[in-house]
Amino acid sequence: MSARDTILQRLFDGRTEALGETQAQVPASQFHVLAQVKMSLPARLQAFQQAMAKVEGEVIVLTRAQWPQKMAAWLADHTQAQRILVPPAHHVLGQALAPLWQGQWGHTWQVRTYDAPIETWQAELFNEVDLAITSTRAGIAQTGSLVLWPTPEEPRLMSLVPPIHVAILDSQRLYNTFYEVLQVEAWAQQGMPTNALLISGPSKTADIEQTLAYGVHGPKRLIVFVLVDEEMAEVCDAP
Amino acid sequence: MHTSSSSKVAPLYTNAAPAQQASHRLKVYPPKPQKVYFFATCLVDLFYPDAGMAGIQLLEQQGIEVLYPQTQTCCGQPAYTSGYHDQARAVAQAQFDLFPEPWPIVLPSGSCAGMMRQHYPQLFANTPEQANAQAIANRVFELTDFLLHVCQLQLKDEGKPIKVALHTSCSARRELGIAHVGETLLDQLAQVERIEPKRTSECCGFGGTFAVRHPQISAAMVEDKTQALIDAAPHFVTTDCGCLMNIQGHAEKTRLKLQGEHLLSFLWRRTQNDA
Amino acid sequence: MTLKTDHLAGGQFYIRVQDALANAPIRANFRKAMDGLMHKRATALEDTQERESLRELAANVRLRALARLPELLIQLEKKCQSQGIQVHWAQDAQQACEQVLAICQQRQARTVIKGKSMVSEEMELNHFLAEAGIEALESDLGEYIVQLAQETPSHIIMPAIHKNTQQISQLMHEKTGTQLSHDVAYLTECARQQLRERFQQADIGLSGVNFAVAETGTLCLVENEGNGRLTTSVPSCHIAVMGIEKVVEHLEDVTPLLSLLTRSATGQAITTYFNMISRPRQPDEKDGPEVVHLILVDNGRAHLYQDPELRDTLRCIRCGACMNHCPVYTRIGGHAYGTTYPGPIGKILMPHLTGFANNAALPSASTLCGACAEVCPVKIPIPDILVRLRREAVNGDQINPSVMAEKGFKRTWKEALAWQLWAYLAQRPRLYQIATKIARLGHYWMPQSLGAWTQVRTAPRPAAKSLSQLRRDAEKSL
Repeated sequence: MSARDTILQRLFDGRTEALGETQAQVPASQFHVLAQVKMSLPARLQAFQQAMAKVEGEVIVLTRAQWPQKMAAWLADHTQAQRILVPPAHHVLGQALAPLWQGQWGHTWQVRTYDAPIETWQAELFNEVDLAITSTRAGIAQTGSLVLWPTPEEPRLMSLVPPIHVAILDSQRLYNTFYEVLQVEAWAQQGMPTNALLISGPSKTADIEQTLAYGVHGPKRLIVFVLVDEEMAEVCDAP
Repeated sequence: MHTSSSSKVAPLYTNAAPAQQASHRLKVYPPKPQKVYFFATCLVDLFYPDAGMAGIQLLEQQGIEVLYPQTQTCCGQPAYTSGYHDQARAVAQAQFDLFPEPWPIVLPSGSCAGMMRQHYPQLFANTPEQANAQAIANRVFELTDFLLHVCQLQLKDEGKPIKVALHTSCSARRELGIAHVGETLLDQLAQVERIEPKRTSECCGFGGTFAVRHPQISAAMVEDKTQALIDAAPHFVTTDCGCLMNIQGHAEKTRLKLQGEHLLSFLWRRTQNDA
Repeated sequence: MTLKTDHLAGGQFYIRVQDALANAPIRANFRKAMDGLMHKRATALEDTQERESLRELAANVRLRALARLPELLIQLEKKCQSQGIQVHWAQDAQQACEQVLAICQQRQARTVIKGKSMVSEEMELNHFLAEAGIEALESDLGEYIVQLAQETPSHIIMPAIHKNTQQISQLMHEKTGTQLSHDVAYLTECARQQLRERFQQADIGLSGVNFAVAETGTLCLVENEGNGRLTTSVPSCHIAVMGIEKVVEHLEDVTPLLSLLTRSATGQAITTYFNMISRPRQPDEKDGPEVVHLILVDNGRAHLYQDPELRDTLRCIRCGACMNHCPVYTRIGGHAYGTTYPGPIGKILMPHLTGFANNAALPSASTLCGACAEVCPVKIPIPDILVRLRREAVNGDQINPSVMAEKGFKRTWKEALAWQLWAYLAQRPRLYQIATKIARLGHYWMPQSLGAWTQVRTAPRPAAKSLSQLRRDAEKSL
């Protein structure tokens, strides 16, 4: 008998209780404790910011008008980055960032996209990219998390290998909980992508005597630009 | 609504309801009875009869008649936790006949109360005594819990000002969920300042036969517990004789200035005119 | 009563305990770390109503998964295969190691980079691969440190918790040539640089699995460092090893487990990364492994599954809260157990993985204080299971049916007789009272030593009159 059959046989045999009876005795799970978390948008934003701040994630709230320009200015002021990785022009975010290419905002950044399989430019990605800008699928207020589904335009390593990860989050897509994301977006029903990620802060470790250190294997900084409508701007103190 | 409870989840895999999980939530306090049965437990009987007498006097002060079955011996816990369940069951069953009338059964020990209340149903599962064991278990109360919640005990402190550290046994704290009882009772005493020792919920290292099967670990634990109590106050009280024997024994052996006492003895002493 | 210390049956355990207790730095490191972790958990779960509702839900999710374990494993296998993940089954550690090696050989791999995996520790995979000439390199910082020191993890979440900064600095200096610095940021940066190269060169990435979702064929990994993501994204082949109990039914089932796992373990609301993998790299994708293998490891679990009470052991989600809160673990540290999984969960799991007699001293090495069960996110009744194992060790032959292979291995006629005698007396009140009277009188000529007890304590002194005597006197005087 194969290992598979032996293991399964043992499990089936081991369940001496009548199966129907066993299952009937496990009540349906009550997710109320997770489902009940409902916050207003300002409250969600605040929770998100607080949770991110706890793990050294940087959150900057921007109104939608000319946000790419404002973001670029902020990055120029607050990072040393020169070599920047962005999504391609046919991607929504890539399109919004297109002026970067022409240096229209007065920066001298070297900009490139993740346009080839990793095998062809691995060393460059690991050693010669300072910062990557990605979109996000959603955000989670309760835990201060970003939800990413990497795509051919924004592959997995984009949010992982460069020392600075910049993520753009639309406040309209800020959920209360991970549970709510799964429910509303019906992940299980629509099928899972190759890779789905929750990212909550820059990479960190406490493996040396419980002392927190950031930037162990992944990004050393995580900068999140949250886009809000004008009317939210005052509430959120957006520039 | 959130409706599931551990009492529904738990029975799936165990023959009887796992005691650790649901038990103390299901506890129903009876109205104050005329009489109670007093189960002294072997440690109180042999080493700390004053704690038993204090408990009896506190009950009598509440106008409750204390029935003391003279033929009681032991709840069976030592054998139970050592894996000798046949022997534990035989000894436990020998106690059943001590309590013929439906009065509550009170014990001056969280550990033994925990054994009877939480483990008897498991121990007698699938035996002819199952229902009987469950009925007995439901009637069992740790004495300070009973005094506080059934008798609504109100203490009047007659003693001098004193600082006291409380060590609640792990069985009282976690098996019975009554850690608040000792605190509440001590806090009723006007002249008593209760100091919370560091790591108050940590075990003292007694654990019955653990203390002799794993003496080195047990020693490390009781050293730390003794130190934590001394750091809090020179006087400590505890709900269980096992802890008392362990901690007091260690303090004496190492000549540390720490005086221990059973909580019941302390409460009784403090409320007497000559205290 | 003749209760001997378990020296003979416990074997090396006592020697390791003695060494650990005598090692002041080890004790200080564990005490400090466990105090910190207990505090962090308490803070992260201070809303008791939410905490208890979540624990209720998490326990329910795990119970539901275990109730359908074989069906869910089949569903997981089918779903994974349909998405291009190759699924293997291993009955024991040896088989699992051989399957990893076969994949390595097939791909002509020389180096394997590893994310943290306790199952691979259970398999002693690094050692096995090394013998076959394949290098397995740990990339989790704690595991990396432990590997440099040629040790094993002392904690399932924080593998190098037994070492302080000074010791780690010394170790990294000796093994990798870093400066002798106590700056944790510097040491971390050094490890980052040392490992970055290795991620790029590795032929295979090997990881564990925190939860596997049957419904969607998804492997979930929980981590902070990013090494797990690199391990599962950079090399062209990813091998995931998981214990067969790690499967859950629905995707939503992971939400309470994830929430409690990180909060119970380290007090974090969530870890930096929650990585969900459902297929290998697709044709239009530009990174990720081309091949993904999932190895389902039994190694004693299916056998354990056969007992309804012991089965609760399999609910575990490996948060380590039980060890963080265990007064025994805090004192002796992880290595004293001599097991892959230390602490309370190790005590109830290891007998099924590496043999009951090989772990003889573990079930008794607990005061049954219940701190572990109190904090367990999936409400495993650990003290009850410990008592069950104690019973199996001395009277397993009376348990019908017992699934323990070495049931009753610890039974000695002396101890059995002692309990028999005790039970005989305790069922005969008059004899019992005579016996206690003898004990009371005997006190005066008894040597002031009760073996182990009196090494650090005075002998208890029986009262002049027992309580029952006092009651009899009182009743007479009425």
